[in-house]
Amino acid sequence: MGELKLMKGNEALAEAAIRYGADAYFGYPITPQSEVIEYLSEQNPYERTGMVVLQAESELAAINMVYGAGASGKRVMTSSSSPGVCLKQEGLAYIAGAEIPCVFADVVRGGPGLGTIQPSQADYFQNTKGGGNGDYRNLVLAPASVQEMCDFVALGFDLAFKYRMAACILSDGAIGQMMEKVVLPDQKPRMSDEEIKAKYPWAINGRKNGTQHRIITSLDLDSAKMEEHNIHLQKKYKEIEENEVRYEMINCDDAEYVFVAYGSSARIAQKSVQLGREAGLKVGLLRPITLWPYPTKAIDALIKKGVKGFLSVELSCGQMIEDVRLACNGRVKAEHFGRVGGIIHTPEEVLEAMKKQIIGE
Amino acid sequence: MASFKGAISVDTERCKGCGVCVVNCPMGVISLAKEVNGKGYNYAYMAEPDKCIGCASCGIVCPDGVISVYKVKL
Amino acid sequence: MTVEDIIKPENLVYQKSKLLTNKPFHYCPGCGHGTVHRIIAEVLEELGVGDKTIGVSPVGCAVMAYDYFDVDFAEAAHGRAPAVATGIKRVWPDKVVFSYQGDGDLAAIGTCETIHTCNRGENITMIFVNNGIYGMTGGQMAPTTLEGMKTATTPYGRKATLPAGAGFDGIPNNGYPLHITELIARLPGTKYVTRQAVYDPAHVRNAKKAIRKAFENQINGKSGVNFVEIVSNCNSNWKMEPVAANKWLVENMLPEYPLGDIKVDGKLVEK
Repeated sequence: MGELKLMKGNEALAEAAIRYGADAYFGYPITPQSEVIEYLSEQNPYERTGMVVLQAESELAAINMVYGAGASGKRVMTSSSSPGVCLKQEGLAYIAGAEIPCVFADVVRGGPGLGTIQPSQADYFQNTKGGGNGDYRNLVLAPASVQEMCDFVALGFDLAFKYRMAACILSDGAIGQMMEKVVLPDQKPRMSDEEIKAKYPWAINGRKNGTQHRIITSLDLDSAKMEEHNIHLQKKYKEIEENEVRYEMINCDDAEYVFVAYGSSARIAQKSVQLGREAGLKVGLLRPITLWPYPTKAIDALIKKGVKGFLSVELSCGQMIEDVRLACNGRVKAEHFGRVGGIIHTPEEVLEAMKKQIIGE
Repeated sequence: MASFKGAISVDTERCKGCGVCVVNCPMGVISLAKEVNGKGYNYAYMAEPDKCIGCASCGIVCPDGVISVYKVKL
Repeated sequence: MTVEDIIKPENLVYQKSKLLTNKPFHYCPGCGHGTVHRIIAEVLEELGVGDKTIGVSPVGCAVMAYDYFDVDFAEAAHGRAPAVATGIKRVWPDKVVFSYQGDGDLAAIGTCETIHTCNRGENITMIFVNNGIYGMTGGQMAPTTLEGMKTATTPYGRKATLPAGAGFDGIPNNGYPLHITELIARLPGTKYVTRQAVYDPAHVRNAKKAIRKAFENQINGKSGVNFVEIVSNCNSNWKMEPVAANKWLVENMLPEYPLGDIKVDGKLVEK
């Protein structure tokens, strides 16, 4: 069971897609995630499993290829990095409206604009709060290791098809580029056309004889129907908020002060917890794995258990802190600490920030 | 030489009275009615049914597909 | 013999294709979109591929084409229909995939997708309805708008350049009517490229033949894009009666956009 390998996060993501039995990948090169399409091109997945890999002319074209192939019931993935994900927002809004399952990875780099190719977590808002137009959500999974870059492909596809929506793997340049050992899953077969037709009756892949044609669209000019569609989407999102929240707690059982951090920041904050404990501080770490739905209830439970303050540690000027504060709702102190521009904080400065901003001297 | 006699049936409720069939009928069979349909359009009808040869030009050129054409060999 | 004697099922020689739904087209009276829909449906019905066809509709007047064709359909974002069609065709290579777009969709916002889909030689059929104007948004200038043509955004007529200024022989303005069909015909990825019209029965017949060829090529596994431009009308935004609009089309649109095959079986047609 499983094959142990040393891989980059981006490569693990690509290999996981092949092994999951994904049908297609449409992408466009951008640093720091170009290894995804390079690895896929080198691996000849069409020969390995029949998986289609296509370098599109732009991120816009790539996400719309995902829209088409996803609408036909196939398992499709794309990936990009921050400025490229901006371009994908058009397609993602249509994907949300038309309820098309797909997986996309955002290996975040610093912004705004062309910014830097160094790691960043400044696209938290873009991915968790929308980015495209309309009332919609994307599932957002935040890997903190190469292993999770691999594992979240399967999880992303499973959730995307369960709820007919886009699942985002929100990574960053550090997780995407670094090499770690990873246990790869066994190869799963791709679904046959017949299986797809039987399992996903909504998909447009050729009308069944004598049955009505299927339509994939995000448009309805009938206001009552459009409102009904929006209510349906919100009901689905509510269900996801109830059932799909994932997080990890480290040293939180007796914690008085808790770091909240995801992805590469969580790796650093974990060390800060260790340093804090060595210094006699009762600190813990809450690592959200799903950024939407957000582990609001976990923060609530920690407050009820006696946690007196939270420090949101991010490679941004303060984005996730808004969700932490919403969860705290003014009951306890919640502050942000972050480095930006491609600089990654040290465990020591993170701990220092906790002492200064939350615990107090 | 065989001669043909034709006739058309117009789905008058769906006809938008654009008149494209009228000008494209080689025999001058079709006119727009003085009456209107439920949407207020003066719909197409066979004003000169005796002249119809069933060539289907009207049906082929109708943007709304509201004309069916019938033809018999005499 | 009375009309009632003739109108009997056994005497039927022409009716709307069964691959069209019963939903009335929302198009304006006399609009060429309806005619193009009709002949596409006829071709698909005659080729017997209704169950394996997937269409992709644009943003523009034909956005709801999916309501009219009784085949599976996806509605694409503005200009992205060729990318959506590529996505479908790549994962269902045995299906018959076609995109349907207007001039703003295909030749302005979607130019990148159009060129690259054609250049990759996707095995799809692309239908391009060119009426020289933005219909759905209310008659603004399209890339294919004729020089001098008045639209909501060129109320004094499209001017490619403004009169010469200091040091310039002309100041760039609205640019020139874009001949995207001739452009993509130059790309090795296109198999069949043609320009047709649907304003009278003879041209509808020709257009239908062209559309049939564009689908047959795809079905017969000939690689490359099959591209059919239809020069059509927009009587509402041209502000003309339907019959007058068709006459204007013949007199003004066709000299700029001449009809006929541009590329057949991958070879440019000698003119």
